[in-house]
Amino acid sequence: MVFKLPEKDKKFTTVSIPTPLFKKIKERIKDTGFTSVSSYVTYVLREIVAEEEEEGEPFSKEDEERIKQRLRALGYLG
Amino acid sequence: MPKPHGGKLINREIAEREKEKFLEQASELPTLNVEEGLAKDLENIAKGVFSPLEGFLLEEDYFNVLNDKRLANDLPWTLPIILDAPSNFEKRNDDTITLSYENRPLALMHVEEVYGYNKREFAQKVYGTLDNIHPGVAKLKDMGDLLLGGKIDLINEMKTPFSKYNLRPVETRILFKEKGWRTIVGFQTRNAPHQGHEYVQKTALTFVDGVFINPVIGKKKKGDFRDEVILEAYDALIKHYYLKDRAVISILPFEMRYAGPREAIFHAIVRKNFGCTHFIVGRDHAGVGDFYPPYAAQDIFDEFPDLGIIPLFFKEFYYCKKCGGVVNEKTCPHEEEQCIKFSGTKIRELFIRGQRPPEEMMRPEVTNIILRSGNPFVE
Repeated sequence: MVFKLPEKDKKFTTVSIPTPLFKKIKERIKDTGFTSVSSYVTYVLREIVAEEEEEGEPFSKEDEERIKQRLRALGYLG
Repeated sequence: MPKPHGGKLINREIAEREKEKFLEQASELPTLNVEEGLAKDLENIAKGVFSPLEGFLLEEDYFNVLNDKRLANDLPWTLPIILDAPSNFEKRNDDTITLSYENRPLALMHVEEVYGYNKREFAQKVYGTLDNIHPGVAKLKDMGDLLLGGKIDLINEMKTPFSKYNLRPVETRILFKEKGWRTIVGFQTRNAPHQGHEYVQKTALTFVDGVFINPVIGKKKKGDFRDEVILEAYDALIKHYYLKDRAVISILPFEMRYAGPREAIFHAIVRKNFGCTHFIVGRDHAGVGDFYPPYAAQDIFDEFPDLGIIPLFFKEFYYCKKCGGVVNEKTCPHEEEQCIKFSGTKIRELFIRGQRPPEEMMRPEVTNIILRSGNPFVE
């Protein structure tokens, strides 16, 4: 019998990449800090995903004006 | 300017007009008193300093941080921000409680989870040691056996004598924008500035638009400089040696964990939330004693290609009499006898004896502030 973790408890999943690419990566990571093709691919993908994160507007115009007033009062803005 | 960590600046502060209603509610709820360090964590969560956290870690996040140095959603996060409670804490999930500091209600917490944790595992993974000499390990012994996870709403701020230096991330972001800074380097410190600090900051400043000096204010080790001395010393340094429009100082109320490499990543995330694009990491950042290799806090950045802030690594600096300036092993060819090291211990010893450090080591204006302060050190 195979015990399967519920989907929410799985920490890793599998993706497929072309075998020649896998071999190239395997060659490339020799003598680096990467211990596997998976760890290398995870590293690269994290880098790409981080660059694409969305940003919400952190403050309204009203808030901005109120904050500028406080910054002036504290001497941070002239 | 970089996006806040996780993409959104968190605000869990109750608006002024609603405070009365929340205070009334707080007075009717079960209360948990928290110590100073936790009260500071609360404020940092509420003000967005710890974005994307909206409260104390839930169990899944806690174990992810411990094991993978990431939140459950894969976002880099290296220090567990946790709230402990005694083992007799009534385990009622989905409760709201009041968190108080010195018998004054600070926040409401919506307890989503109550869970156990292993202190030895925590110590080994976060501090890399079980040695009680490490202040983080020693503190763990006094912590409760349960952890509470859930969002918080801040009702009252802690009272601080340094409120004029206490800016929120939303405020620093607007300040940097107003100053026209697009690139900002963050500098973490818990010391009065010597020439080595100034040199590192100014070297970094050569490449960016502004420097954000962000001293940690709060409980420190015996022998550290007192908070008010650090702030006055920096004010003097900035006044006499920095361009007014290139340096900003604001405090970070936070209890140091001395978690070395893990804390270096955490410090970088916090500065990213303040709006910094770069962060200075020197030798033995956030270290204590000999618990971490001198440059472990730099090496750990290799694990985080998705951090969203650029670390600037610096080697140890010293003053070379022959070069006539501050140098490091990469820039100075002269023998060791020519060097004056910026040793914190040596500077401390000089002050304890009432002596002035040489000007090559510390600016005279900074020295004057420290000498005038009476006892400049934490006892």
